[in-house]
Amino acid sequence: MEKVFERTRGLTEVRMRYCPGCGHGIAHRLVGEVIEELGVREKTICVGPVGCSVFADEYFNCDAIQGAHGRGPAIATGIKRTHPDLVVFSYQGDGDLASIGMAETIHSASRGENITIIFINNGIYGMTGGQMAPTTLLGMWSTTSPAGRKAEVEGYPFHMCELLSSLEGATYLERVAMNKAANIIKARKAVKKAFQTQIEKKGFSMVELLSPCPTDWAMPPLEALKFLEEKMIPYYPLGVYKDWEEKVEEKEPEKVGVEK
Amino acid sequence: MGERILMKGNEAMAEGAVRAGCRFFAGYPITPQNEVPEYMSWRLPEVGGFFIQAESEVAASNMLFGAAACGVRVMTSSSSPGISLKQEGISYCAGADLPIFYADIVRGGPGLGNIAPSQGNYFQATRGGGHGDYQVIVLAPNSVSEMANFPRLCYELAFKYRVPAMISADGILGQMMEPIEFDFEPIDPDTLPKPDWAIGDATGRERRVVKSYDLRVGAVEKQNWERNKRFEAIRTNEVRYQLEYEEGAELIVAAYGSCARVAKSAVMMARSEGLKVGIMRPITLWPFPTEVLNELAGRVENILVMEMNLGQMVQDVKLAVEGKARVHFYGRPAGGIPTSEEFLQKIKEAIKGGPVIPIDPEDI
Amino acid sequence: MPKIEVDITRCKGCEYCMIACPHEVIALSSTFAPSGYYPATMVKAEACTGCKLCAIVCPDMAIEVWK
Repeated sequence: MEKVFERTRGLTEVRMRYCPGCGHGIAHRLVGEVIEELGVREKTICVGPVGCSVFADEYFNCDAIQGAHGRGPAIATGIKRTHPDLVVFSYQGDGDLASIGMAETIHSASRGENITIIFINNGIYGMTGGQMAPTTLLGMWSTTSPAGRKAEVEGYPFHMCELLSSLEGATYLERVAMNKAANIIKARKAVKKAFQTQIEKKGFSMVELLSPCPTDWAMPPLEALKFLEEKMIPYYPLGVYKDWEEKVEEKEPEKVGVEK
Repeated sequence: MGERILMKGNEAMAEGAVRAGCRFFAGYPITPQNEVPEYMSWRLPEVGGFFIQAESEVAASNMLFGAAACGVRVMTSSSSPGISLKQEGISYCAGADLPIFYADIVRGGPGLGNIAPSQGNYFQATRGGGHGDYQVIVLAPNSVSEMANFPRLCYELAFKYRVPAMISADGILGQMMEPIEFDFEPIDPDTLPKPDWAIGDATGRERRVVKSYDLRVGAVEKQNWERNKRFEAIRTNEVRYQLEYEEGAELIVAAYGSCARVAKSAVMMARSEGLKVGIMRPITLWPFPTEVLNELAGRVENILVMEMNLGQMVQDVKLAVEGKARVHFYGRPAGGIPTSEEFLQKIKEAIKGGPVIPIDPEDI
Repeated sequence: MPKIEVDITRCKGCEYCMIACPHEVIALSSTFAPSGYYPATMVKAEACTGCKLCAIVCPDMAIEVWK
């Protein structure tokens, strides 16, 4: 008898502090496995976020840096520009990536920064205790939208893959979900493709993983999976939003202005 | 080295940084420091370095954080409002013990203020600047030559003590042209030892983590105490100042940066009139030349602090002299540039024991 | 015979593996783990096919699979 499934070397032995049923653990495993499979563990830098996954530097078995809320893409830019042969990924939640770090996210994508972003979208601020996130669904309860999010009060949720797909510099964007085994297997493929995008120097890649947050959604884990499937996936459609392998021919931008 | 060239302050500082091994610059346009990123945008690629115009000052300071974590000699520059925004990344660098070099070409404030020369950021610079208990080394040049040569000193000190180091100047020094000489040979950063804390290719070694947080009870306090040992060492070893004509002086003028140039002219005018006036110019604003001022205070009755602000360094002077001398102040904030005649008048008021009369805003 | 091993120091009893398993091999234990959670355990060991679905959905990497 042989072991057909074991913990990846891409992660450390540290026990993760996430709540029961939290999607972060699954996402960590996918990234860890991909790093191991691609043989880049020693060349990979994890840029940790602020949020529940602030301890990312303890979990990923590679060099790591932990920075300010939302600035992952900027930090990754500083590392990647000076060390193009390293594999740099920024692991971010929705508040981190789509609220306080929106400028860094959009600009790094627009610059075609050759980095990978692992974006965990659970529609809520987890670590601070369930406040409204930029991706909180309309009607969804949070501690700062206690009457349920209303478009006329709190505005609409952000669709990050759709938003970034309009940028020329973004070369691989996919939204996946972690609600069942079949989707998690697809998510793993997406994470791998994102890292390959970077390794092959194709530009900015991001995988958005819809993720359960049973604690701050205030429901048992199995109900959270149901909520994810029935409420989140319809609002955030899964699929590939940008793929450099299916890109139409590129046009040289026209030169404007005068040369000195 | 040895070659004498005419350069603008901002460009001299940029060139000085490149020669001192700077290979990464992230910046954002703001007057009056735009020559720095403009210069770096073509100069860094020439030496195999990297320039990036960030989407904001906040992003720029965090790009610096990332590159500095890899052990690269990094730089950013800005002016007052931009430096405020950069405090986020600077505080994280301080918290993660990363050496960085940055420059504040100070303009008038608060708020958007104006683009005129000012020393209104003395407090911000010498009290760390961002959140948390930390200091940055602050060098205050008073000539284009010092603008050119201080970046090397900043890198040396920043890497020795693993703290941020900065140049605090203003639009006068940034925009002025003077003949300069570099007092060091260009440094190839590839020949420098790779720091044992830098993240990067981990082949054949344990993995490394660069971070400023630690939620274990007492961990960050211990880290702060450890860092404080380095701050103490800097206070002991790295104070720099210029003291002139203190022999037999009845009055010592204290001034830094471009303001010290005007003060020096006024001191020379006073001395030609037979007044016994000396001048003390702090070169490091932090660590502050506390001991020398304390010692001088035992010998002179009056100390006159001249600044281009409402009175910031004067507080450090008062702390230093411990009541042993009368400390007078004359200042002009937010773009008020005093003349040497104006300062001479204040020297005459101070040497008699005061009072030193502030400018009447109606006269501006 | 295929089997799974649950690391009870990692398992937090979220039940994801229970619903992922096509053969109802897994249930929560009736006794606490030292962590305070009821960990997953094999209750129909003979039905396990070693398909790994339980391990794939486990957020805590608490499951190893043998085949």
